[in-house]
Amino acid sequence: MNEKFGEIKQEILDGIDNLASSKAVYEFKKQFLDSKAGKIGLLMKEMKNIAPEERASFGKGVNELKEWAGQRFADLEEMVRAKELDRRYESEKVDVTEPAVEMKAGNLHPITQMRNEIIDVFSGMGFEVFENREIENDYYNFTALNTPKDHPARDMQDTFYLSPEFLLATQTSAAQIHTMEAKKPPIKILCPGKVFRSDDDATHSPMFHQMEGLVVDKKITLCDLKGMLDVFVQKIYGEGTTTRLRPSYFPFTEPSVEVDVSCFECGGKGCKLCKGTGWIEILGAGIVNRKVLSNCGIDPDEYSGLAFGIGLERATMLKYGINNIKLLFESDLKVLEQIDHN
Amino acid sequence: MLVPLSWLKDYVDIDVTPKELEKKLFSCGFEVEELWEVGKDVSNVVVGYVEECEAIPETHLHVCKVNAGEYGTFQVCCGADNVEAGGKYPLALVGASVYATAKDHKTVEGVMTIKKGKLRGYDSEGMLCSGVELGVSEDLYPGAGYNGLLVLPADAQIGADVKPILGLDDWIFDVSITANRPDCQSILGLAREVAAVLKKPLKEPSYEYHETEVKKDGFNVTVEAPDLCPRYIGHYVYDVKIGDSPLWMKRRLALVGQNAISNIVDITNYVMLEMGQPMHAFDESYVEGGVIVVRRAKDGEKITTLDEQEYALTQNNLVICDGVKPVALAGVMGGLNSEIRDTTNAVLFEAAKFARDNIRKTARALGKRTDSSAKFEKGVDEYTTVYAMKRALHLVEELGCGKVSSTHVDCNTGNSIAPRGMKVSLTKVNDVLGIEVPTSDVLAIMESLDFKPTVDGDELTIWVPAYREDMDSYPDVAEEVIRMYGYDHVKPTFMPGAKVTTGGMNEKQRRELKLKKDLCATGAYECIHYSFFSPSDLDLLRLPKEAPERRTIRILNPINEELSLMRTTLAASMLNAISRNQKKGNLAGRLYEIGKKFIAKQLPIQEYPDERETLCIGIFGENESFFTLKGMAEKVAESLYYQFTYEPSKKPYLHPYQTATILCNGTEIGYLGKVAYPVAEKLDLRTDAYLLEIDLKTLGEIPAGKASFEPLPKFPGESRDLALVMDKEITCGQVEECIKGACKYVKGVKLFDKYEGAPIPPTKKSMAFTIDFVPGEEPFEADSVDRFVKKILGNLKYQLDIDLRS
Repeated sequence: MNEKFGEIKQEILDGIDNLASSKAVYEFKKQFLDSKAGKIGLLMKEMKNIAPEERASFGKGVNELKEWAGQRFADLEEMVRAKELDRRYESEKVDVTEPAVEMKAGNLHPITQMRNEIIDVFSGMGFEVFENREIENDYYNFTALNTPKDHPARDMQDTFYLSPEFLLATQTSAAQIHTMEAKKPPIKILCPGKVFRSDDDATHSPMFHQMEGLVVDKKITLCDLKGMLDVFVQKIYGEGTTTRLRPSYFPFTEPSVEVDVSCFECGGKGCKLCKGTGWIEILGAGIVNRKVLSNCGIDPDEYSGLAFGIGLERATMLKYGINNIKLLFESDLKVLEQIDHN
Repeated sequence: MLVPLSWLKDYVDIDVTPKELEKKLFSCGFEVEELWEVGKDVSNVVVGYVEECEAIPETHLHVCKVNAGEYGTFQVCCGADNVEAGGKYPLALVGASVYATAKDHKTVEGVMTIKKGKLRGYDSEGMLCSGVELGVSEDLYPGAGYNGLLVLPADAQIGADVKPILGLDDWIFDVSITANRPDCQSILGLAREVAAVLKKPLKEPSYEYHETEVKKDGFNVTVEAPDLCPRYIGHYVYDVKIGDSPLWMKRRLALVGQNAISNIVDITNYVMLEMGQPMHAFDESYVEGGVIVVRRAKDGEKITTLDEQEYALTQNNLVICDGVKPVALAGVMGGLNSEIRDTTNAVLFEAAKFARDNIRKTARALGKRTDSSAKFEKGVDEYTTVYAMKRALHLVEELGCGKVSSTHVDCNTGNSIAPRGMKVSLTKVNDVLGIEVPTSDVLAIMESLDFKPTVDGDELTIWVPAYREDMDSYPDVAEEVIRMYGYDHVKPTFMPGAKVTTGGMNEKQRRELKLKKDLCATGAYECIHYSFFSPSDLDLLRLPKEAPERRTIRILNPINEELSLMRTTLAASMLNAISRNQKKGNLAGRLYEIGKKFIAKQLPIQEYPDERETLCIGIFGENESFFTLKGMAEKVAESLYYQFTYEPSKKPYLHPYQTATILCNGTEIGYLGKVAYPVAEKLDLRTDAYLLEIDLKTLGEIPAGKASFEPLPKFPGESRDLALVMDKEITCGQVEECIKGACKYVKGVKLFDKYEGAPIPPTKKSMAFTIDFVPGEEPFEADSVDRFVKKILGNLKYQLDIDLRS
């Protein structure tokens, strides 16, 4: 009987070397271990032909063989599976330098991105956002802002007129008046908007965007303006950026200042961007003119205010190094794809 | 405004370099846009003494031995006809930089560097120069206009730099003056600021003159429009001898680009530059009736100005008339009829203040802007009017070109030119600034500006000169203080006195930003287009005459016709953007814009028009279809918590069978569709394009859903696929609605296949749907869904005559 066991063992050992797939292992294993038709199983049927005194050792032998074969096949199965997995992986090898599948999301317009960035900074300081209309009347755009009809400051802005009374807003400052008429101090508003001037060249577009800020409360000073703008430029242009105020003129503020920011390209040493001066002009600001407060029914002896206006195109062009304002309005996908800040 | 340093130095002892002065001016509110040395392109040119000069035979050339003092003696070849031994001329040394001229020796063609050369076999080391080669005109230096060598004075030191001799070491400041400081539109005005910022005294020019006994009988001035001319000063000057102005005056005019004309005319120009007061001189012999009348022009009245242009005037224009006719267009330009000629022997000087608005309107209306009108537009003060006349009369005497009569007429409206007293609280001044400026500094600053300050406790009293019309209240004083004290004293604080406020965007603004971001997530890029468009855009959209989009608001003064109408639709701008992209080779893409369309309540507008926020999407490319755009419309609905429905419709610029109206709660809110082929052709589109417009304002008025949570179903659902056969005219929407209406457990109906052709009869089509059933509180029973399907099929048959495909 032992020869029989030996034959089966040898048969298994001879067979397993040629098995390459799980399926072949399964088929081969079935020949020996199938509970009904397997060769080892069939040995058990021989039991009745075995002398009773040898039956115990025969049974033990069959079980040992079964165990041995089971282990053999388990090892084999694991090995073949591992090989198969390797082959599968190999067959799925990719060239990782081939192009990526495009995950195409669009971008907000660069102006919108800049606008959102500024809104984020000032929202944190307690500014609400108010959007004004694009078509204004003479009173809100000029007169209420201390720019009466004969004022030479009207020449500073070449206005598009729609009628003797109505015009395209030349500045977002009209929003100041609407706000102050509707709301009493404390006021902190930020007014982004489209504005229009009859100007058309590489740095001027007949339509552009401004963001106006206004604070009206008790005891607002020029130092507060400086403190607030310092925070603003640090958030937008990075820590260590500072501002410089210098005298200027706007009819609706007194004193009025131009605000320069230390060059974020060279840190103030002087470079091409800042034309060697170390400073870049970014916005106009000032202490709200008393007449403007009075025009809105706010007592200028009790309250004071500060206001500032940022040109969003200029800020955007500076930030991304865009050299022609027209690129912002041409909707060229090759341009829009590039600016992806938020 | 151009300001020569040498001229400024007449009024202030300037002991800083031009660069330092530029910085000082910048710090106190006067930006120097450009600063240059008059002789910036000229260097290494010295006084050369010609010791020997011999003609080179058979040429016009001379070979000269030129002594240049410490630089040595050089052999120089020279072609000028006025070179001679013993003469002193500018010698450009080897390496020097001078202007290169054309063959005519007059036209400057650039800057050149002098090199060693050889002419007709003779070595030449350097070049003897003409005025043109040094950038010096006859007005800047007498004799410099000669087409030959510039002759230097006999006492010029040999080897010395020629620049100081020729005035080429002067500097020109191009200063920008803000609109609140018209008093600084002059050399003297700016000198006042320079004196203040350098803490130096101001040396006023001389205003002295001597009136003779002579009077012009019967002369008088009548101002009939005092509202437009609050002051008019006339003075009669006789025994006038017209001639050239002295060199110093010509030179100054030349430095700021003004041509010298004749002594009397030059005086008026000089005073305008020096003091900021435009002046005029009439030839008295042509002033009929010996009187001046300042009045509004009559409609249709004509005048020919000095530059021989004729203008037809209206009542809006102010004219200066004699007893009969207009002799000047007030504040803009004199009349040709009374111009100063060589034969003029008596003149009437005019210095006046005209209303700035009126001058601006006249200058604009006639398209005639002059130095004079520019100054009046910005504002001239009466103090200056009075002193400018004195100054002009002084110059008449100084130049000896006439005698000052005692006929002086000053028509005014009683405005004082004396300093105005003003009292302000020092605390309030400091409160504007947020810092405490020491009172001694405040006083010093006020003193330097000639405000003659005194202080009593907190009260500062100042006397504001009449030319400082901008000084009104304590913030103005604060501004004067800080611009002289220095803005670097302003220290950052963060509104310690202010109340806390809550900030951020409101609901509408947040929704709009969310919509934008959701659209970006579909691969679309946000665009911004001009709020105005072109009449040709309306034609591009093939809009009929009566289309509401054609009812546009027009800009009265557009830059050009292309930018002349306020948008009534965003579609045209988007189509143009797609076209531009395709022309640049971007053949596929998704764009969107949120902008406004402008709907007039009446035309011409008398009240604010309706500004309607509108979304416009434009997509193009081979992979786009009506349904990809519809997917974006659904994204919009989802983003804003709405549900849209769609109905076939037509638009003149869209495909007649691929266009739909978008509805929300039964209200029309927009449209979408494929761009019509003729429109695409006109735009040279190479791939199909699709457009969508949604009126966000209308949409915003419809109540929106909100982000909310619906509990997940407790029991599993089931789905069934049904292939249906129906008439071709039946729409997908109709079938969906019918299925949903038949069974409340239907939670989703989705078309997954369409088929036409055999074995389906030719009048029919097949559509296959997946229907999702979701149970409610109880699980479905074994045959529930079969019963639902039976009911649905019954409904479909009954309502739409639809059969199950067999």
